Amino acid sequence: MTSMILVFCELKDGQIRKPSLEVLSEGRRLADAAGKQLGALFAGASCAGSAEAAKYGADVILTAEGPALTSYSSDVFAAVLAEAVKSKGATVLLAAATAVGKDVAPRAAARLGAGYASDVTGLSMVDGKLQAVRPVYAGKAFATTSFASAVQVATTRPNVFPAAEKAAAGTTEALAVPASDFKSVVKEILAKASGKVDLSEANVIVSGGRGMKDGANFKILEDLADALGGVVGASRAAVDAGWGLPHSMQVGQTGKVVSPTLYIACGISGAIQHIAGMSGSKFIVAINKDPEAPIFKLADYGIVGDLFEVVPELTKAAKAMGIGSN
Amino acid sequence: MKILVALKQVPDTETKIKVAADGRSLDPADVKWITSPYDEYALEEAIRIKEGKGAEVVALSVGGDSVKEVLKNALALGADTAVLLKGDGQGDAFAVAQMIAAYAKDKGFDLILCGNKGLGGDNAAMGPMLAELMGIGQANVVVKLELGEGTFKAEREIEGGTEIVEGALPAVITAQKGLNEPRYASLKGIMAAKKKTIEEVDAAPATTGAQISALALPPERPAGRRLEGDAAAQAQALLQALKDEAKVF
Repeated sequence: MTSMILVFCELKDGQIRKPSLEVLSEGRRLADAAGKQLGALFAGASCAGSAEAAKYGADVILTAEGPALTSYSSDVFAAVLAEAVKSKGATVLLAAATAVGKDVAPRAAARLGAGYASDVTGLSMVDGKLQAVRPVYAGKAFATTSFASAVQVATTRPNVFPAAEKAAAGTTEALAVPASDFKSVVKEILAKASGKVDLSEANVIVSGGRGMKDGANFKILEDLADALGGVVGASRAAVDAGWGLPHSMQVGQTGKVVSPTLYIACGISGAIQHIAGMSGSKFIVAINKDPEAPIFKLADYGIVGDLFEVVPELTKAAKAMGIGSN
Repeated sequence: MKILVALKQVPDTETKIKVAADGRSLDPADVKWITSPYDEYALEEAIRIKEGKGAEVVALSVGGDSVKEVLKNALALGADTAVLLKGDGQGDAFAVAQMIAAYAKDKGFDLILCGNKGLGGDNAAMGPMLAELMGIGQANVVVKLELGEGTFKAEREIEGGTEIVEGALPAVITAQKGLNEPRYASLKGIMAAKKKTIEEVDAAPATTGAQISALALPPERPAGRRLEGDAAAQAQALLQALKDEAKVF
C-alpha cells in the first residue's frame, strides 16, 4: 500500500477555507514528489462542500460527520485526526496554521507520538520523511526541522503556499466518529462584525504606528485598506499607546506574524519586534517622515513624507486606477 | 486549588541572531535571557487566582542552572514554590511536554498555565501536547479566563474575533497578550524569594519528535527605492510601480 499524506481541511459555509486549499495543494506537490497518496480529512456535523478537495488533488476524501462534531473540541478533533492517520497508515499529517489548525495539530501529534512543526513556510520530502522550514525568533532566522518520529505533523502558514487546482479521483470514505465525551468545547463565537479577513490570512495590510498620533486617525488607513481590498494592522507602539486599538490588530513579535503580498507601513519606525512580524511580506512599502527610519532598510518602496498627506492621495489614486477590485 | 505554571527562558526580543558554529543553534554570546513574555501572562493569571480565591502556585522550568533566574523571578512575583526540571528545555516541544507531564501527572494540579508560545521557538505546541499527554482539556491563546467549580470558561483568539471555550478542570490554559497586565516584583517579594529554595528534579527521559537540523538567517532584502515628488506624485508612482513592477494588482 502506498502510504498517505493526510491533510486536515476546514470548511466554512460549505466551502473549503483558503488556507486549507493552500495546504492541500502543497500536500499534492509533496505526494507527487514522494509517490504517495493524498488524503483530505474533514470533520464536523456536516462535511458538505468537501468534494471540492478532489479539484485540489485529493485522491481520497475522508469525512467524519456526526452531532458529536457540531462544535469544535480540541480533544475530540485531535482523536479524529489521530485515528484517521492510524487507520489510513498515513505518515504525514498537515493542516493550515489557523486558529483551529494550531489548536488541534500539536494535540494530535502528541497523541500519535509524533514530532510537530508549526507555521511552516517550506516543506519537502527527504528520504521519505517530511522536512520543514519555519521562521523562528519571529522571522529573524529560519530553522530547518527534521523529524525523529514515524509520523510527521506540521501546520502551514496561511498565504505562503499557492493554492493550485489539480484534479484527482477524490474517492469518498466515511469515518467512524468517536463518542462525544469532550474535555473542552467551543460554546460561542464572538466574531467581529466587519466580516473582513484576518490579518494572518490577508493579502494586503495597511498598518499604522506611533506616527498615526491617535486611534481616530486610523480611519484614513481603513479607507486605503478598503480601496486596496485589504485590512488594517498596527504596531505594538500604537496598540500600547492607549488609543483604544485592540490587541488583535497588533503585528509583531507579541502580536500576529503576517505574510501578505503587500504591506504598507505608515508612521512605523521599524522596531525589531515589529519587523519580526512582517518581514515575510512579499512587498513592503514604508511611509514615514523620518528618512532615517529603520523601516526604510526593509522597504521595497519608500515614501519620505507626511502620511496624513500621502495616505489619502494613495486612496484617491487607487480608486481612480480601479485597483483593489481583485 | 493547585496551579502549575510552566515557564520558559528565552532570548530577549532585541537579540541579534547569530548562528553558532554547529550551524543548528543560536550563538549564545551576548544573548540576554528573559522569561518568555507569554509565560509572564500565565504566571500573573495564576497569582491573581491565588489572590482572588486562594491557590497554591508552583512555578516550573525545564533547563539547567541558568533557568533558576526565571524561577527566582517567579518566586519574587508570588509563586509559592519552584521546581527546576533538569533537562533540555530549549529543544523539542514534544520532549519538553513529556518531561512536564511525567512530573505533573500525580501531583494533583487543578490548572496548568503557560504561554501560548515560547518567544523565539514560536512553535505554540508545548501546551496542547502537555494537555494531550495528561489526558485533560485545553484552551489556547486565551485572553480571558474564568474559573467555576471544577470548570473553566476561556475566551481565546481566533480569526476575526474570539470564541468561548468551556471545559472541565484540570486543564491546560495557554496565555496570550491581553489576558492581564503582569506586575513587577516588589522589594518585599524579592527579599522573600531569597529565602525560598528551588526544588531540583531530574527530568524523566523523553523521546524527541522533531529537531532543528539547520538554522539560517533570512536572505537580505535588496535595497528598495524612494519615490520622488509631492504626495500626489509619490502616491501615483507607488501604485504604478506596484502594478507594473511588483504585479501586486
